[in-house]
Amino acid sequence: MTLLGWAQIALFLALLYLATRPLGRYLARVFAGERNALDRVLGPLERLIYRLAGIDPHVEMHPTAYALALLAFSLVGTLLTYVLLRCQGWLPLNPMGFSTATAPRGATAMTPDLAFNTAVSFATNTNWQAYGGESTLSYLSQMLALAYHNWVSAAAGMAVAVALVRGFARRGAATIGNFWFDLVRATLYVLLPLCVVFSLVLVSQGVAQNLAPYPTVSTLDGGRQTIAMGPVASQEAIKMLGTNGGGFFNANSAHPFENPTPLTNMLSMLSIFLLPAALFGMFGAMVGDERQGWALWAASAVMFLVGVTTVYAAETAGSPLAVRHGVAAGQGNMEGKEQRFGQAQSALFTTVTTAASCGAVCAMHDSLTPLATLVPLVNMQTDEVIFGGVGAGLYGLLIYAVLTVFIAGLMVGRTPEYLGKRIEAREVKLAMLFVLVSSASILCLTALAVSLPGPSSGVLNGGPRGFGEMLYAFSSATGNNGSALAGITANTPFYNVALGLAMLVGRFLMMLPALALAGSLAAKKYTPPSAGTFPTTTGLFVALLVGVIVIVAALTFFPALSLGPILEHGLMHAGRLF
Amino acid sequence: MSASRSTSRRRAANFDAPMVRRAAGDALRKLHPRLLARNPVMFVVAVGSVLTTGLLLRDAIGGAGARVVLFEGQVTLWLWFTVLFANFAEAMAEGRGKAQADSLRRTRQETSARRELPGGGLETVSATALRKGDIVRIEAGEMIPGDGDAIEGVATVNEAAITGESAPVIRESGGDRSAVTGGTTVLSDWLRIRITANPGETFVDRMIALVEGAERQKTPNEIALNILLAGLTIVFLLATVTLLPYSLYAVQAGGGSAPPTVPILVALLVCLIPTTIGGLLSAIGIAGIDRVMQHNVLATSGRAVEAAGDVDTLLLDKTGTITLGNRQAVEFRPVAGVDEATLADAAQLSSLADETPEGRSIVVLAKEYGLRERELASHEARFVEFTAQTRMSGVDWGQRRIRKGAAEAVYRWLREQGMAIPHDLEASATSVAQVGGTPLVVADNTSGALGVIYLKDIVKGGMRERFDQLRAMGIRTIMITGDNPLTAAAIAGEAGVDDFLAEATPEAKMQLIRREQAGGRMVAMTGDGTNDAPALAAADVGVAMNTGTQAAKEAGNMVDLDSNPTKLIEVVEIGKQLLMTRGALTTFSIANDVAKYFAILPALFGGLYALARAGHGPLWALNIMGLHSPESAILAAVIFNALIIVALIPLALRGVTYRPMAAAQLLRRNLLVYGLGGVLAPFPGIWLIDRLLVLLHLAPNA
Repeated sequence: MTLLGWAQIALFLALLYLATRPLGRYLARVFAGERNALDRVLGPLERLIYRLAGIDPHVEMHPTAYALALLAFSLVGTLLTYVLLRCQGWLPLNPMGFSTATAPRGATAMTPDLAFNTAVSFATNTNWQAYGGESTLSYLSQMLALAYHNWVSAAAGMAVAVALVRGFARRGAATIGNFWFDLVRATLYVLLPLCVVFSLVLVSQGVAQNLAPYPTVSTLDGGRQTIAMGPVASQEAIKMLGTNGGGFFNANSAHPFENPTPLTNMLSMLSIFLLPAALFGMFGAMVGDERQGWALWAASAVMFLVGVTTVYAAETAGSPLAVRHGVAAGQGNMEGKEQRFGQAQSALFTTVTTAASCGAVCAMHDSLTPLATLVPLVNMQTDEVIFGGVGAGLYGLLIYAVLTVFIAGLMVGRTPEYLGKRIEAREVKLAMLFVLVSSASILCLTALAVSLPGPSSGVLNGGPRGFGEMLYAFSSATGNNGSALAGITANTPFYNVALGLAMLVGRFLMMLPALALAGSLAAKKYTPPSAGTFPTTTGLFVALLVGVIVIVAALTFFPALSLGPILEHGLMHAGRLF
Repeated sequence: MSASRSTSRRRAANFDAPMVRRAAGDALRKLHPRLLARNPVMFVVAVGSVLTTGLLLRDAIGGAGARVVLFEGQVTLWLWFTVLFANFAEAMAEGRGKAQADSLRRTRQETSARRELPGGGLETVSATALRKGDIVRIEAGEMIPGDGDAIEGVATVNEAAITGESAPVIRESGGDRSAVTGGTTVLSDWLRIRITANPGETFVDRMIALVEGAERQKTPNEIALNILLAGLTIVFLLATVTLLPYSLYAVQAGGGSAPPTVPILVALLVCLIPTTIGGLLSAIGIAGIDRVMQHNVLATSGRAVEAAGDVDTLLLDKTGTITLGNRQAVEFRPVAGVDEATLADAAQLSSLADETPEGRSIVVLAKEYGLRERELASHEARFVEFTAQTRMSGVDWGQRRIRKGAAEAVYRWLREQGMAIPHDLEASATSVAQVGGTPLVVADNTSGALGVIYLKDIVKGGMRERFDQLRAMGIRTIMITGDNPLTAAAIAGEAGVDDFLAEATPEAKMQLIRREQAGGRMVAMTGDGTNDAPALAAADVGVAMNTGTQAAKEAGNMVDLDSNPTKLIEVVEIGKQLLMTRGALTTFSIANDVAKYFAILPALFGGLYALARAGHGPLWALNIMGLHSPESAILAAVIFNALIIVALIPLALRGVTYRPMAAAQLLRRNLLVYGLGGVLAPFPGIWLIDRLLVLLHLAPNA
């Protein structure tokens, strides 16, 4: 660990801090339908969309109607994507002829299970990739089928978060907003301008952006190499800002055409956390007390810092075997890392991408030391609430805040209240459902994979690492993260279907309790705070919230983790690698 | 607090022998599956216990090694103890009320009643045959057969059976003292009573049901907490069940030890699920109601006690609650041309036969002017009693007629006598009112107006501190008084309440409650009269005075048997303490899990990848407590988990220490004790039990 490394981590958090308040206030204005700077440009476009779609954006929806709109919208998107992927061979913008007879050697076939997995993966904001983009997908598939979801799945996540915040902010209300209004405004006023700016910055740094076929070039040693290219920069921006993470190329953000310089790397990481952090700011602004948003921000930051420190320390310490044999002395574990990013930025990226449900990677997670893999696993198993996915992070953390207030709030001698709303049986039920769904999905599906001979033998590494890879896959899918510990032959019918299910469960079965909670809270009366009210803006609350997340969410997985990374760590020190 | 405590009944100590014996028996009876199913956490423990019992029998019969049987036997035993300890906690909480319920039930069954026949005359029937609307007659020495309203007569009644207070009280028809309670005894005179409750619905019946916890319904907060606990139980159940395939995979890959057996997994599950709070939850609720009863307040439901903790606004009647019931004379203010001694003399004369506390205080004050009590008979004095019409009292002393009374009344009298009202008299009376006092004007028929007696409302000692504490807890106090706004404001300022409602009518009171509730605040109040009933019913916590009317008692959700309105504050504190105890033990229970993982996980997986010589694999390093062996570690965790329930029974029954302070301070303090304490305490606890097990040879060496 170096001073420069820590300085980069500090700079990252400082920039994030500075962006939170202004962007948060802007988001609050956008979702309140108030006038803003971009109205003049985007207003007509917005109204045109409503007119074409026949939507009245001012009709308020009950939670059920809101949820149905969300589900219908996602289902239709998923089906269309499935069809498009299966038909890519007959469609244009396929210069390499994927899914046709002229496909290059070694190209992956778009089978029904892979198409299902991919469609679900992008519709759920997961971007788990059981395929390599440059060897499987046509440009049309990348740009239309997948990039479309990168936009709208992020917008839908924001919509659910906004609906839940409205639940806290409204008093005695039956409705929680209009899904179409939230979806369109999130896309137009939030994602679009940010992506335009970010894409241009990326192009300036050397990220590819073209529609040409892959050129074949002669290498210095006389060999011939095909260079994969495509409309990368435009996809890259939304991949980060929407916490999607699905790379244009298989190497994802380690690929120089996706992420060429330390600057783009830093900006990429910032853009992953930008909207989740700003949504905390928006939450504070919408409930009329910005400190409430900062408390969530602080809880996320504390857990995030512990994660970064762990990865950074474990990776710079490296493997004792490598140290003993004098491999890359003084550099720590550089396997699977890009020299241009170094230890600190790689540790930061690994933590950022798994804390937020992004899943893009700039370093190979499979090459991480065992303790370092513990961090991505815990990040995903705590339901992606450490800043978290766009929208998903806020509604997840709010649900944990509700649980925290309920568990500890009784200690001040009152029925627990959060933001003036009494937390009663129905709220606890919905919050527990949220926690239960993700635990059940990860634990049960991993158990299934471990028990079945096929899936468990499809793991390349043995012992605790092999187990960790399966646990990681289902944690990633359920957390809608999308990163992988690799090592699994993932493009098999079992994994395609099982992980697809995990993604669906982790997305929609967790959004539904959040929306139901929104409705239940919106209907409640508001109790004004007094000296007897449980304070939710203090350092103590932040510590409590972290404690509840660690004990309720993380410790559930402690037995499983001890059979994975923790055991592997011990064995590594005993001289055994996997 | 001490004032009301002194009147409350003295209860037996928490843990006297017969009560423990009785609770132990009940703990066994509560093993009935139907009763266990009410508590999801304990139900899971019971199912686990049955499972391990079956496996133990299989292994014992199947001839597994003595070592296996010894281990599984102990696990099974302590799992059953976990269930029994939880049952015992509940039984102990109920036990405190049961003895009392029994004696109540006995009195009720032996009563008979003389019921009036429609055509006149009386018939003797059993008390249980009485129905609503029946009219009975009770003579001195008889027990009142059921709840009712006195419709004729005045009597002294001993209500010790209900209130524990042996001093008799007056019950009379009409007015606010008409309610009588079944099971109490008429000491003198007689009463005609209209029965107001059918058998099974009376006050005593409700009290029996309540203290026994027979028809105890879960309170809203208890239901929510149960959902949380059930949810956590399911999460940990999944974590434990899936651990079997995980460890099979690990053992297959690494070897070095066998996968964990089912009893071990059950032990892990029971340690992880929140058994501490799960086992004590209902005991905490019952004990909360019991604590209210120890203050001689009868709550009609646990919900009411819980609601008391949530109260934001207290409506307190001025008289009797904030101020002493009676006002005292503190100053004589003569009009110009009259000296104080003259005024004092007249005031004393007019009050000599006045037996009201105010009157007596005037005589006492007058003594300070060197006036002795005089022999009245020698002067042929004739006293004029106070009436609602004249609103004056006084004395006719030979030719001299002295009057004292409310300012308006004395003015009218002066005018009738054809005398003028001095300007400074009015000013003086107004100035007394402005500082919260009551002016009494004194005049006689010879020299006209003499001056004003300043009667002062005496604010009870310590009330200001009490209100400061309440404010720190976030509770606003509003004083309710019939006084005019000027007087009310002055007393409100002196007592330190947050707000006041002057010239209060039942309608104004009702409006105030509605307004507070519309603002999202919960309201508590006390009341006794029939016209208080709507407000008592509307308030979230309504405490009716036992001296009050039947209507008031039925409208409220608590009855204060001592009829001490100040007790509302204590009821609020008990409600808070109840919720705090739940929160503290929930936090403690969940925080305990950290240490248990560090006991059981190394025991489960410490053998994986073990090198032959060392005997332990890498995960044995998680054994940071240095426990002796896998068996001893698991047993120590299970035993700790069971014993902690017993250890916390006194806390659950007594409630956590409560001091009024702001929520932020309370949280910091409780979090330190029960949160941090909950994380740390099990480490030494489990370690100690592990040592003991080794010492007693209950955990065989490897």
